[in-house]
Amino acid sequence: MSITVPERVWWKPLDKGEKLWVAIALTWCLVMFIMMPLWHLQGKQNAPSETYRVSADQFEKAAAAFITQYRVGEEQGVPVVAPPSGSDIYLVARMWSWEPVLKLEKGKTYRLHLSSVDLQHGMTIYPMNINFQVLPGYDYVLTITPTEKGEYHLICNEFCGIGHHLMVGKILVV
Amino acid sequence: MSVPTAFRTCPTTGLKVHLPAENLIKANAVVAVVFFLIGVAMALLVAMTRWPAVHLLGDEFFYRALTAHGINMLIFWIIFFEIAVLYFASAILLNSRLAAPKLGWLAFALMLAGSGLVDVMIALGKADVMMTSYVPLKAHPLFYLGMILFAVGALVGTSLFFATLVIARRDRTYEGSLPLVVFGAATAAIIAVVTIAHGAIIYIPTMLWSMGIIEHIDASTYRILWWGLGHPSQQINVAAMIAIWYLLGALTVGAKPINEKLCRTAFVLYILFINLASAHHLLVDPGVSSTWKIWNTSYAMYLAVLASMIHGMTVPASIEVAQRRKGYTKGLFEWLKKAPWGNPSFAALTLSIVIFGFIGGITGVTFGTEQINIISHNTLRIPGHFHATVVGGTTLAFMGVTYYVLPLIFRRQVVAQALAKIQPYLFGVGIVMVSLGMTFAGSYGISRRHWDITFAGATLQPAVDPTVYLLLGIMGIGAILAVLGALLYILITVGTVLAGKKTG
Ligand code: HEM
Ligand SMILES: [Cu+2]
Ligand SMILES: [Cu+2]
Repeated sequence: MSITVPERVWWKPLDKGEKLWVAIALTWCLVMFIMMPLWHLQGKQNAPSETYRVSADQFEKAAAAFITQYRVGEEQGVPVVAPPSGSDIYLVARMWSWEPVLKLEKGKTYRLHLSSVDLQHGMTIYPMNINFQVLPGYDYVLTITPTEKGEYHLICNEFCGIGHHLMVGKILVV
Repeated sequence: MSVPTAFRTCPTTGLKVHLPAENLIKANAVVAVVFFLIGVAMALLVAMTRWPAVHLLGDEFFYRALTAHGINMLIFWIIFFEIAVLYFASAILLNSRLAAPKLGWLAFALMLAGSGLVDVMIALGKADVMMTSYVPLKAHPLFYLGMILFAVGALVGTSLFFATLVIARRDRTYEGSLPLVVFGAATAAIIAVVTIAHGAIIYIPTMLWSMGIIEHIDASTYRILWWGLGHPSQQINVAAMIAIWYLLGALTVGAKPINEKLCRTAFVLYILFINLASAHHLLVDPGVSSTWKIWNTSYAMYLAVLASMIHGMTVPASIEVAQRRKGYTKGLFEWLKKAPWGNPSFAALTLSIVIFGFIGGITGVTFGTEQINIISHNTLRIPGHFHATVVGGTTLAFMGVTYYVLPLIFRRQVVAQALAKIQPYLFGVGIVMVSLGMTFAGSYGISRRHWDITFAGATLQPAVDPTVYLLLGIMGIGAILAVLGALLYILITVGTVLAGKKTG
């Protein structure tokens, strides 16, 4: 029994059924093992990992300059910004808002700089359900190409204090 | 210096029971159940808030209750119980004395002081930081101190396990190799040492930072180190759970491992391949390169998964063999039909295997791929996954073994047998509903750790798919069933310890 000592010699060959099962499981594990890099190379749903160190001050300055330059309006007190295609765009996560509202064009590609100026946050693009971690001190560069017109909300998915559930932002794709 | 009076002989199993070890097992198990009760109370509050139709707590109390739930359950309930299991697997199963029972009490005191401190800080509202306490979210220094004391206590307890193995070998209390259950427990203990070391590396600087002594802790570094603790610690739970699967197989139907070599090799795979595979928590993080993420989540993870696939075959197979030996050989499934379904330990064992394997395992492995991680990270799919592993799997297995600990260690007959029979089913069905409700709601992009998915007070208001309300309703009803099952377990346990008929 499993609670008593085994027979003196317990290093015994596996029988057929056991071998078969181990072979099936091992094959499956190896397939997964190989698929991991393959999916990364062939797949279209990978998190990028282009990252730079940045201080909260630096990031806020860059974002403020970006907002002043391309500002086209305001929604609920949050500036709305329409940057040219191909440009570097900025999104600031802070307790408890996303700034600015980004107005992007369908089919155009942008380099989205994402960082937090206080705590850790998380960005869910809703209702598409794409998720990223947003950290202070790190400029996370996501190369994005919107493929469908519409209104997308940004929801914070990392607990960031008492106002966490109020932290909602927006991306407009026109 | 084994004084003869320090032992009794168990009338059921014939094992020599070291009385100081038995007392430590009792103390750790009782305290585990007390923390489980706190965790269950918080579970009800949290689940009833996440069910939008009820939305019970205010925001502040929700986040506080969620912090308390995660910590009291995942850390205090589970680890106090595991320490009891370690003492049992070393001293009792090996017919040995426990090395240095005094140190056992020191470990117990440290763990109790630590957990008490943590809970007081949470209750005072000084540590609304969730179980992960991601910097720069800051808690009171005493919160981190509590965690450190707890970890040191757990480390002392784990060392006692190893010391007892050494003593038992030296005193020749057994002949030959360690029993499989002890081997499994040793696997858990080895991983525990690695884990606790990581814990020290991350919690000590974080405490100094919260005291103002260290200026800055990098958010990404914290996450890498914290998950170096957080991920393997779940492997302790898996190894301990599987050791208990083998234990329960033996106790309920007299199962024998079908091949010791295979089972033991599988345990070794856990030790070798799990410790680094923590990057699946960081797949959508900045600051970590894709190459590292891919290498880390593929090289190691699948060989640890292989180990689980092996145990997932050998445990049921050993039960089948034992049943067939008893003469249940008709057709393919007579052995299963004639299994002791009315024995709560057997029911718990089976449910634990099924829920852990089919729901917990499959969700977990898929989340470890980059492509599925990006659509599940920090959504309710994550708690949906781990309520199938550490609750439907580990916690249910612990419940199952409790029904043997009560008569064998506490020497009391389990009270309310009729209720005990349904308890695992009630808890199991409830947890499956909780788990699936959360998993599917999460696939709609609904966040975990979120007080209000209707966004009522926010300036911008996303529309929420009505299906989500249905799914969270399933979670809510499941939560009520699971909480009832958990309360039943606590009542039966406490009732038995206080008022059960004395045996032997
Ligand atoms: C009694 C039945 C239980 C119910 C109904 C339940 C329910 C829940 C719910 C609704 C959440 C919140 C999910 C969120 O908003 O993010 C949660 C979180 C959690 N639960 Fe449970 N739970 C139960 C038992 C357990 C047990 C036994 C454990 C551990 C052994 C556990 C570990 C956790 C953890 C670690 C979290 C995450 C906390 C965090 O996000 O920091 N739960 N549970
Ligand atoms: Cu946030
Ligand atoms: Cu947040």
